[in-house]
Amino acid sequence: MKPRARRLAWIAGALAALGAASALVLNAFQSNVMFFVSPTQIVEGHVASGTRLRVGGLVEKGSLSRDEHGLTVRFIVTDTARAIPVVYRGVLPDLFREGKGVVAQGTLMPDGTFVADQVLAKHDENYMPPDAADAVNRARSTLRVSGGASAEARR
Amino acid sequence: MIPEIGHFALIVALALALVNGVLPIVGAARGWTHWMRVAWPVARAQFVVVAIAFGCLAASFLGNDFSVLYVASHSNSMLPPVYRVTAVWGGHEGSLLLWTLLLTLWMAAVSVLSRQLPRAMVARVLGVMSWIAAGFLLFMLFTSNPFARLLPPAVDGRDLNPLLQDPGMVSHPPILYMGYVGFAVAFAFAIAALLSGELNAAWARWSRPWTTAAWIFLTLGIMLGSGWAYYELGWGGWWFWDPVENASFMPWLAGTALIHSLAVTEKRGAFRSWTVLLAICTFSLSLLGTFLVRSGVITSVHSFAADPARGIFILAFLSIVAGGALLLFAWRAPKIGLGGGFDPVSRESLLLSNNVLLMVAAASVLLGTLYPLFLDVLGLGKISIGPPYFDSIFVPLMTPAVFLMGIGPIARWKSARLPELAVRLRWAGAASVVAALALPWVVGGWKPLVGLGILLAAWCVSASAVALWERIAQQQGPLAARFSRLPSAFCGMLLAHVGIGVFIVGVTFVKGYETERDVRLEPGESLTEGGYAFRFTGTREIDGPNYRAARATVEVSRDGRTVAVLHPEKRLFIVQQTPMTEAAIDRGVFRDLYVAMGEQVGAGNAWTMRVHIKPFVNWIWAGCLLMALGGALAACDRRYRLVPRKRRAAVPAPVSVSAPASVSLTVPRSPRGAAPAPGTATREAGTGSEAGEAGR
Repeated sequence: MKPRARRLAWIAGALAALGAASALVLNAFQSNVMFFVSPTQIVEGHVASGTRLRVGGLVEKGSLSRDEHGLTVRFIVTDTARAIPVVYRGVLPDLFREGKGVVAQGTLMPDGTFVADQVLAKHDENYMPPDAADAVNRARSTLRVSGGASAEARR
Repeated sequence: MIPEIGHFALIVALALALVNGVLPIVGAARGWTHWMRVAWPVARAQFVVVAIAFGCLAASFLGNDFSVLYVASHSNSMLPPVYRVTAVWGGHEGSLLLWTLLLTLWMAAVSVLSRQLPRAMVARVLGVMSWIAAGFLLFMLFTSNPFARLLPPAVDGRDLNPLLQDPGMVSHPPILYMGYVGFAVAFAFAIAALLSGELNAAWARWSRPWTTAAWIFLTLGIMLGSGWAYYELGWGGWWFWDPVENASFMPWLAGTALIHSLAVTEKRGAFRSWTVLLAICTFSLSLLGTFLVRSGVITSVHSFAADPARGIFILAFLSIVAGGALLLFAWRAPKIGLGGGFDPVSRESLLLSNNVLLMVAAASVLLGTLYPLFLDVLGLGKISIGPPYFDSIFVPLMTPAVFLMGIGPIARWKSARLPELAVRLRWAGAASVVAALALPWVVGGWKPLVGLGILLAAWCVSASAVALWERIAQQQGPLAARFSRLPSAFCGMLLAHVGIGVFIVGVTFVKGYETERDVRLEPGESLTEGGYAFRFTGTREIDGPNYRAARATVEVSRDGRTVAVLHPEKRLFIVQQTPMTEAAIDRGVFRDLYVAMGEQVGAGNAWTMRVHIKPFVNWIWAGCLLMALGGALAACDRRYRLVPRKRRAAVPAPVSVSAPASVSLTVPRSPRGAAPAPGTATREAGTGSEAGEAGR
């Protein structure tokens, strides 16, 4: 091959590879992005049922109930303005408590129940998952909550 | 008094770093030997002074000095002494101090172990590293002083986050940081090359062992972190595509590309600009990782401290380092040149393809990590990008990368022929296909993705075996002697590639056949999962040093025979009133049995429990260990140690380096290939010395 033809071949190959990689990444991106919403957005109907979402807020006090024979838990997530019921089957994270911040990941059912397959909780007394704090803040339309230190446990 | 000594030591370290950032670099530019000479002693002094500061902080922790704010917020008088020491890096300020300590440790190592390098080169390397150290010291002194006092002193501390009270905390952060910071050496070498305008095979040979050493530490650090998350977080995962994990994985991908690109630069003089660019990228990604973890812009188990002001400082520092380096690159890269040419099918092009694949992988991880941040900052909504995104990218990217990785080591430099490669690798290919068809079926039923994984893993191993066999067959004499004559760099490469195969086996089988069950168990009840019966016999209260715990007993049996007795715990840490799950694992070569406690439910002593069976999970870390071991073998190759400057000047570098079998067999395919860039080789050998340096 002549040097010029070779250089052209390299450039064409590189462009093709780049195109393929971009297509791959964008496609993966489009099908795997998960939006974060607040209970208010759900109740007001901004969200179509059946899509995968994350919902954040506080676990309403006194709302936690447990199926006696199994592992299914029901609780209500509120952003202090609106609230939605959540169903989750499985072991709750260490720091899941009523009145504290929580983020649930799962699917909204047509009847308005949120079926979670993953529940994240805060990891110390002063801390709220930022997503949960954000939902509460939006509802209160005040700006500063939480801060402090520490980490988010994923389940 | 001790904290003040530490604080003062940091100030002294800053002064030393500023001196060392100016004198040697100016001296190297002007050829003033006495200015360059400053670099060695000052580099070591920087290490000593920062070590004093670190010692002061550790002493404050051990002595429970709660008048120091950082100690009061990360320790407690009930904390066991070993965790008081590890608590030094349990938060933001101490982590930075550890970062700086390790940076100065690498500087001291460079100053001791680089006798055979030209003086101007080492002076520049140490100068550049001093600038980085100065940046971090400024950051610490102005925004995050670990020695800040708390008035009035606290009666007792807030305690270390219970997640961090674990043996993993002893090894994971320092080793991971050694890796992050180690790439500063590669970066400094690249900047030194840009400053001097000279980048040749000798330069690549000097910077290779340092880069490989950093890569080894990063590999081990990631492995330890993954293993720690697996047993500590209690839900049996070993990698979560968490932003902080991604922050360590991006420099790993770029660093892996860099060590391969350096190999080409050393052996063939090619890829010069690309190598320099990779070195800049790798260290910038390390800094970005520090920024992501330490600024609090992302939240995960790792971001203990959230403070936007610090984030802005790190972001500014990052832009100066990366931006400045890239500007310098744009200005000086033409001077360095591209190096020798090669055919579309050659070892160079295979390595280049894999470099590109690794960098595309790193870029897609970067996109997945940063895109949610950008959206959030711009107020366009909050999203999260989870494991499915990364999984769907890594399978198609790594499949060709692993395939090419098998071919690379046996392909000829400069020009190779596909039919010949196919013939040489036909048995490896056949063995891989057989393994892909048979093995998944034996372990747990054939699935397409498992088949693909095993195909790739078997390909790594069998293609490496072919490469080894061809090397051995070329040699004369008894078999043992042939083995002992193999260069350790070659063995290291094969070992690391086999490690990739072992790693893929682990990932494939875990992903393909792992099971997870959440159940509610009363004492005496049992659960059958994957042929194992898990019988919960009850719990017992126990007292730890700073926690109380309920400890369960779970007997695991198979076909009526007891396999293991597991004791998962639910701990309540007294100071922070934080519950923590301590999983119990029965480890094995072919499977792990994993039990974690949920919570007590209902009347009686019923608990929710999570039971996992993880086939081949330990192969994941075994694979990483093999990669690190391979790296260590490669970094110990004798040619890095035993090349006195005089001999190097006499013998053209590339020839002396690649003397073993591979070159003697190479039949050049084009007239240009007949003399492997003789002009550059001899010139490079000369310019490596200080005479060439000063003559510039």
